[in-house]
Amino acid sequence: MAAFGTPAGRPWQGRGGSAGFRFTLYAAVAVVVMYLDQRQHYLEQLRYVLQAAAYPIQLAVNSPPAAWRWISESFEGRGRLQAENARLRAAQRDLELRSMRYEALARENGELRGLRAALPPVADRWLAAEIVSVQLSSLRHRLLINRGAVNGVFKAQAVLDDRGLIGQTAHVGPWSAEVILITDPEHAVPVRIERTGLRTIAVGAGDATSLGLPYLPSNADIKSGDLLVTSGLGGVFPEGYPVARVTEVHRDAVQPLAQVRAEPLAHVDTDSEVMLVWFRADRPTPPPTGKPLGELKSGIPSLQPQAVPPRPQSAAPGPPAAPQPARARPPAAVPRKQPAESQATEPQGTEPAAAPRAAEPKAAAPQPAPPEPTTSEPPKQEPPTPQPDAPPAKEQQ
Amino acid sequence: MSAPGGGRILLTAFVALVLTVLPLPPWLDVLRPVFLVLAVLYWSVNAPRTGDIALGFFAGLALDVFQGPVLGQHALALALVTYIAVREHQRIRSKPAFQQALIVFAALAVYEFVLFAIDGWSGHPVTSPLRWVHTVTGALLWPPVAAILAYGSRGRA
Repeated sequence: MAAFGTPAGRPWQGRGGSAGFRFTLYAAVAVVVMYLDQRQHYLEQLRYVLQAAAYPIQLAVNSPPAAWRWISESFEGRGRLQAENARLRAAQRDLELRSMRYEALARENGELRGLRAALPPVADRWLAAEIVSVQLSSLRHRLLINRGAVNGVFKAQAVLDDRGLIGQTAHVGPWSAEVILITDPEHAVPVRIERTGLRTIAVGAGDATSLGLPYLPSNADIKSGDLLVTSGLGGVFPEGYPVARVTEVHRDAVQPLAQVRAEPLAHVDTDSEVMLVWFRADRPTPPPTGKPLGELKSGIPSLQPQAVPPRPQSAAPGPPAAPQPARARPPAAVPRKQPAESQATEPQGTEPAAAPRAAEPKAAAPQPAPPEPTTSEPPKQEPPTPQPDAPPAKEQQ
Repeated sequence: MSAPGGGRILLTAFVALVLTVLPLPPWLDVLRPVFLVLAVLYWSVNAPRTGDIALGFFAGLALDVFQGPVLGQHALALALVTYIAVREHQRIRSKPAFQQALIVFAALAVYEFVLFAIDGWSGHPVTSPLRWVHTVTGALLWPPVAAILAYGSRGRA
């Protein structure tokens, strides 16, 4: 067999000593590479290049399923499309109603708590991404999506679908990014039980339909059906996004910790599109990763993140409209109320001005204060601050 | 002179890489052998001078990019396997297919063990026994894979 290899190999043979020597050399290189990679960001650049090189192959390898999906979609019957259209319209109406209610609730919540942070929309910009490939084995739950650094995607960015949290970006290439799912056994997401406000951590279990909550004492107030939302701690995920629903609580008298399982709301195994989210950095920030967070770079405009659509009927533009007459508060009782409120309403005032055609990212990009890794300051508002000398209210800190 | 042999090896390695990362349903994914390792093994045994430790190393690096938690993990494992195969290529080559399959099984076990050890060392311990399944299917598929590669190299050489 294969006598052909003999003459071909001459140049290789002479290149570097015996097989044992060459093996030692390569093994040493591999060990060094592993060591550097394990210490994170030393090899980010190399990973970036390699991921860019691998992307065409990944695209090609995944093209048969994608082509099949495209074909079956384009031959869908008219009746089915009409039905789907009707369903989507109903869903949209429902969502609009709900978002209106949400606006009202958010405003009321902000008023009640007197917190500036409750008011500005948490998600600043979003960008839809298609899933190029899925790895769902018991060891790795990863997605590859077709958006990368040229679209402003950054490492450790939150990824959602229409139902809840999916994961975060783990490696970002120029045109693609790898998303680690919340169900990956290596992933943990800080959550809050919505009913009680109790904070804990949800850990992936290596199974697309379950998360574990291993750190709850057995007397914790949690029961099946509780909704888990992101707590915003850790700074990677915006606060308040639904994550999972508790499916199973097992209390064992001899165990100090309860065994709790939850089912992720996002359909990590059936989605074909996900949403990348930029949110304001006026909350705990993620540990610095050594790389600046997502700044817009070049690219096709339609692939750039878009601004979150403006609120439908945010109280008239301008600060004075927002304080609700119904809840007149004695200003003396809450001395810091004034600055707090003016700040709180400020984004509302500016947003409709900035947002309506903000779908053009070129215009939108500089407007919503891009998430910055290190500031914990309120959103900047140079131009129209009502009380320019009022110190920023820092109830949170 | 080295172009045809090297080119063919790279081509088969590329095809094997595609087969290795091709998305499959989970149950099939568990059974799928690492075709790239099989191809590299074949060339290490049958063209030990062209398909060298370098081939193993870079093929492993490619696997790392696609599915490695740590860069260099597959590269090290595959370099080790290639080294063994290159050293013993004459003995392996002269064996009948059945014994070759056994040797391949051992090589795949070594490969998987290195991955396993590095997984543990780097904090991604995966103790599921399913990760060893592909060593068996790889050994079972060795005779046909070797026959296909041999046919290809004979047919065009």
